[in-house]
Amino acid sequence: MTALAARRRHPLATVVLVLLGLVVTGAAYAALLPGRAQATDAVSGDVEAGRKVFLANCSTCHGLNAEGRNNAPSLIGVGAASVDFQVGTGRMPLQQSGPQAPKSNRELDEDEVRQVAAYIASLAPGPSIPTSEQYSSEGGDVSRGGLIFRTNCAMCHNFAGKGGALTRGKFAPNLTGVDPKYVYEAMVSGPQSMPVFNDQVIDPQAKRDVIAYLKTIEEAPSPGGLALGSIGPVSEGLVAWAVGLLALIGCAVWLGTKSS
Amino acid sequence: MSTHDANGPTGETGLERHGDGHGGLATHEEAQVPERFENPGLPQHQHRVSDVDARAAKRAERQVAAMFGLSALGTIVTIVAYYAVQLDEEVSFDTYLGRVQLSNFLLGVGLFLALFFIGAGAIHWAKTLMPDDERVEYRHLQRGTEETRADAVRILQEGADESGLGRRPLLRNTLLGALALIPLPAVILLRDTGPLPEKALSTTFWKAGTRLTLDPTGEPLKAEDLTIGSIAHIMPEGIEEAEHPLNERAKAAVLVMRLNPDDLASESEDGSYSGIVAYSKICTHMGCPVALYEQQTHHLLCPCHQSTFDLTQNCKVIFGPAKRPLPQLPITVDDEGYLVAKEGFSQAVGPSFWERG
Repeated sequence: MTALAARRRHPLATVVLVLLGLVVTGAAYAALLPGRAQATDAVSGDVEAGRKVFLANCSTCHGLNAEGRNNAPSLIGVGAASVDFQVGTGRMPLQQSGPQAPKSNRELDEDEVRQVAAYIASLAPGPSIPTSEQYSSEGGDVSRGGLIFRTNCAMCHNFAGKGGALTRGKFAPNLTGVDPKYVYEAMVSGPQSMPVFNDQVIDPQAKRDVIAYLKTIEEAPSPGGLALGSIGPVSEGLVAWAVGLLALIGCAVWLGTKSS
Repeated sequence: MSTHDANGPTGETGLERHGDGHGGLATHEEAQVPERFENPGLPQHQHRVSDVDARAAKRAERQVAAMFGLSALGTIVTIVAYYAVQLDEEVSFDTYLGRVQLSNFLLGVGLFLALFFIGAGAIHWAKTLMPDDERVEYRHLQRGTEETRADAVRILQEGADESGLGRRPLLRNTLLGALALIPLPAVILLRDTGPLPEKALSTTFWKAGTRLTLDPTGEPLKAEDLTIGSIAHIMPEGIEEAEHPLNERAKAAVLVMRLNPDDLASESEDGSYSGIVAYSKICTHMGCPVALYEQQTHHLLCPCHQSTFDLTQNCKVIFGPAKRPLPQLPITVDDEGYLVAKEGFSQAVGPSFWERG
């Protein structure tokens, strides 16, 4: 204490004090500043790198400036969420033409997906990639999620999220085991045949509720066993008629035969 | 005269222990066609193993007893499972059944054993151990004797004479009149059991100025809330306060979609607001909710019978059994920017009905 007191008139004391003040203020500012909403925001240079990946992998169909041509839609304004969904699930780059691009193995690595997403997002504003807090099922209301899912999603994706058929070979995919991030991105970007459910139609909390609902029905055990794909009366009726009726006929045949 | 009469006793009932089987067909020379076929009778009775072998009979007895024992075991399993197994316990079968609620599984298996093996044991008992000799039991004569028949006719005739129906036409006619009037109270009382639908099938909860709210949250929707390619499932504001909310919801459900205004047909433009259109969600075929929307083709698909409606052609039917397009709900925005109905539906929504104008 006395040593410190002795040096308080040292010529460098002011400089040290100013430096100390700056460091404390800076640290406090950094600690109290609210976190950025975008965790996966574009790292500098991503846009330029993304343009190169885009030119190499996507521009054949979508055009050199992502303006779209023939059957390939314009990507201006689709947003990073759309890129992350389509490329991240392996739907794009398209493997072969068909009624609909199915899920397949991812062609580009994580960095490349992020870079292309950054490039497309730089062209025009669009839905961004959600943060893990946004698509986390924690704090989701399962019963409200079920209500919203049955009103908005169940007609195509089935009441248990097992997917279903659309017209002319198109289909709504099975949602079992799908990464919640992609569920969220599909809602905000409306990939392929699926309509857009933006934050005004299904608000962010409701999206979390839907994800919590999907997680719950995925984890729930089957009360009777043999869920038969959870696709409803078709498979259940088929099994009842084919297996159940065969068993009854077997019993009837046994009743009618003479004992040896 | 049937061949049966030739061998069996006629005109009387009787039980005949079978045992002395008649021979086969009378043999003839190859060239000769038989004049008539003889009744071959029943084949020789074959004894079962358990009839001739005491050890086999003992074995069958043990089998039946085992089945009854299994049934008893099933009953015990059911009762024990009901009390001992907690509802949240589960058991995992790898491939086909997946994770199953243990309580349900044990109750099902136990009840199956209990019920099935009582029946199976009884059948096995009857088939292996109870007598199985064939018996022939001839039918009774159906026709009564001539005396009984004449007696019946006489009784009817007497009744007719005593009532005097033929002699007293006043009684007969008033009786017929009374009988003719009897069904009328039923018609009047049953007609009053419920109100007639009147205009209920032709009208919905939508009126000019009713706000469009999201189902199920009930939030009103602004025009700028919808992006191109969006769909929203809509109910009229205040529908929960209606006298019969479920009946009203069944008619008032509406789909709102936003698409590029250039894609809209000219006839649907009047009721649209900068590319936002609203159509009834109720299929005009059987009344299912038409809710599968493909945002690229702008097709609306009904999940029940695959009727497909084209949004770009004012919801014209392009596939399936529906006969009429989905009715459009004309919309606009109010002073605060919320989407509202310009007026109610101009025609009845949902499937056709008898008096649909």
